[in-house]
Amino acid sequence: MAKRLASWDSIIILLTLAVLVIASLAVDNFGTSRNFTFMVLDLLPIILVALPMTFIIVTGEIDLSVASTLGLTSSLMGWFWNQGLSIETIIPLCVLIGAIAGVLNGFLITGLGLPSLAVTIGTLALYRGLALVVLGDGAVADFPFSYTGWVTGTIADGAVPNVLILIVVLALIFGVLLHATPIGRSLYAIGANAQAAHFAGIRVARTKFWLYVVSGAVAGLVGVLWTLRYSSARADNGAGLELAVVAAVLLGGVSIFGGKGSLPGVLAGVVLLTALQNALRLEDVSGQALNIVTGALLVLSVLLPNVISSIRGNWQRRKLRQSAA
Amino acid sequence: MTPTAMKVPPRFNIMKTRELGIVLALAALVLYTTINNPRFLSGQSIRDNLLNTAILAVMATGQAVVVITRNIDLSVGSVLGISAFAVATMMSDHPGLPMIVAILVGLAVGAAAGLLNGVLVRYGKVPALVVTLGTLYMYRGITYSWAGGSQVNADELPPHFLNFANANLLGVPWLVLIALVVVGATSLVMRNYRVGRELYAMGSSPQAAELAGIKVARNLLGAFILSGALAGLAGVLFAARFGTVDASAGNGYELNVVAAVVVGGVAVFGGSGTVWGAGLGALLLTVISSALAVLDINQFWQQAIVGALIILAICADRLVAVRIARSLRKKDSHG
Repeated sequence: MAKRLASWDSIIILLTLAVLVIASLAVDNFGTSRNFTFMVLDLLPIILVALPMTFIIVTGEIDLSVASTLGLTSSLMGWFWNQGLSIETIIPLCVLIGAIAGVLNGFLITGLGLPSLAVTIGTLALYRGLALVVLGDGAVADFPFSYTGWVTGTIADGAVPNVLILIVVLALIFGVLLHATPIGRSLYAIGANAQAAHFAGIRVARTKFWLYVVSGAVAGLVGVLWTLRYSSARADNGAGLELAVVAAVLLGGVSIFGGKGSLPGVLAGVVLLTALQNALRLEDVSGQALNIVTGALLVLSVLLPNVISSIRGNWQRRKLRQSAA
Repeated sequence: MTPTAMKVPPRFNIMKTRELGIVLALAALVLYTTINNPRFLSGQSIRDNLLNTAILAVMATGQAVVVITRNIDLSVGSVLGISAFAVATMMSDHPGLPMIVAILVGLAVGAAAGLLNGVLVRYGKVPALVVTLGTLYMYRGITYSWAGGSQVNADELPPHFLNFANANLLGVPWLVLIALVVVGATSLVMRNYRVGRELYAMGSSPQAAELAGIKVARNLLGAFILSGALAGLAGVLFAARFGTVDASAGNGYELNVVAAVVVGGVAVFGGSGTVWGAGLGALLLTVISSALAVLDINQFWQQAIVGALIILAICADRLVAVRIARSLRKKDSHG
């Protein structure tokens, strides 16, 4: 089983590398440093939200409210700014509010034992609704350039975008946590069998609760970054992002039933989707038509391993029968 | 569970149904709004509310059946889009076609989309959440690459098609009649017919259902085809009602539909809830949004209220489940 999934991880990583190489050779302007910056900025929200989402899905749960949390903190950021708060106060405040949104999810799911799919569909509507209540259909756009410029800028005006540091640091932290610490192992144990994990002494409820808090906090941070990138605080910022994130995580080889998957696979999944979208846009193919590829890849990522294992199973059974005869 | 036990419909007791809560909430909401503004109960206002509910209720019916089998169909908004665009294009190219052809084509397009979902879930062994999230993207992408930036406008559509949304039979709009028939017939089948009880059994325990000899594959495909076909029908109704159809028709509807089903008392883990409850859920969500307008409350509160309602509905569900488990345990210890 582990071997089969390891192979899906490597397939997706190889596929991603192939797409990157082919696109830089065949698509004009794909390999330029300017386009690289754009791509990293497009990656930013999906990849950051995908980090805690991977943890949550590995434990067999899901969080569909992330994009709405992002919208809520974006709205609040605009409102706070209009109230005259400084950006230095607003940013930690927004991350905190995101974490509080996660606390509510975590409480409903682990405290009351409600199914995470239903709960986070509810808070998806709730948080987006609150974002609309805060800011209506207006926008706040007059954020200081020292911040908006940092998000869209590059290190020493070179080829490396500033936000790439943020992505690398957070990806490293989450990667080490998941793959090299007891906490990470306990997440896989919970996802494989929550009851067995409980009897093995893992605090299942508490762990899941904190995952939702972290997920909310990261979504809050991404709300801030999104607002600064487009210098626009709007209630509908990031609408629909939750589906793109879940798609990328599953494409990266994480099982929706929990217990399986790896962070490198997820990172490859995010890069693959973003690079494809970017390359097709440069080729003047509508980004919406790309949805066909995204959807097909998502289904194939689960379908192919199933088909392969069932073919392999048939083949082994036939071999056994032959050796018996 | 013996085969004879399966044929016996559950005893109908209005006081014990989960739907009672929705009916009460609906009644309280209508009462409060009417006291504040008597026009809320005028013929026109009732008509508008029912017309706005119709499309959501049709989709919620199919979704409820799928959710009862412990699956989910997130692709319904995209299926509505592809069916609405296909039918609108067909009607503008061939204005002479009768309405029934438009409806049949919509149903067929939706059923084909649902069949693909069902096949992938059953034979590909891919979880329904993953399959329908994938086809949500695929069907929408197909509509976009077909339509490009173009749209079908009301002046390109034949009048009999557009009039369908406003036409009446004995004062009841066709749209509402269709929704009533869909909700009513599906509720009846789910409650009183063998296949309906089998779908509940599959949702309660998929493994037990298989061992009990239920044709799980056939029923599951049927559930997804029904959900797809009804989303396709909703696409026809959408095109007739709004007249203007582009590639984004029905974008994001899946969440409203799932919300209606959950608020209507269908548990996401399958095996319980009713189709008419989901229909009531759709009605409640629609009435809330029109009541907000009448009460002059900021429209932006609507979505937040819907979210709070969903959470409330799941909490209530949980409470009922805990109480039932406790009473069962008590019976066991006495018996």
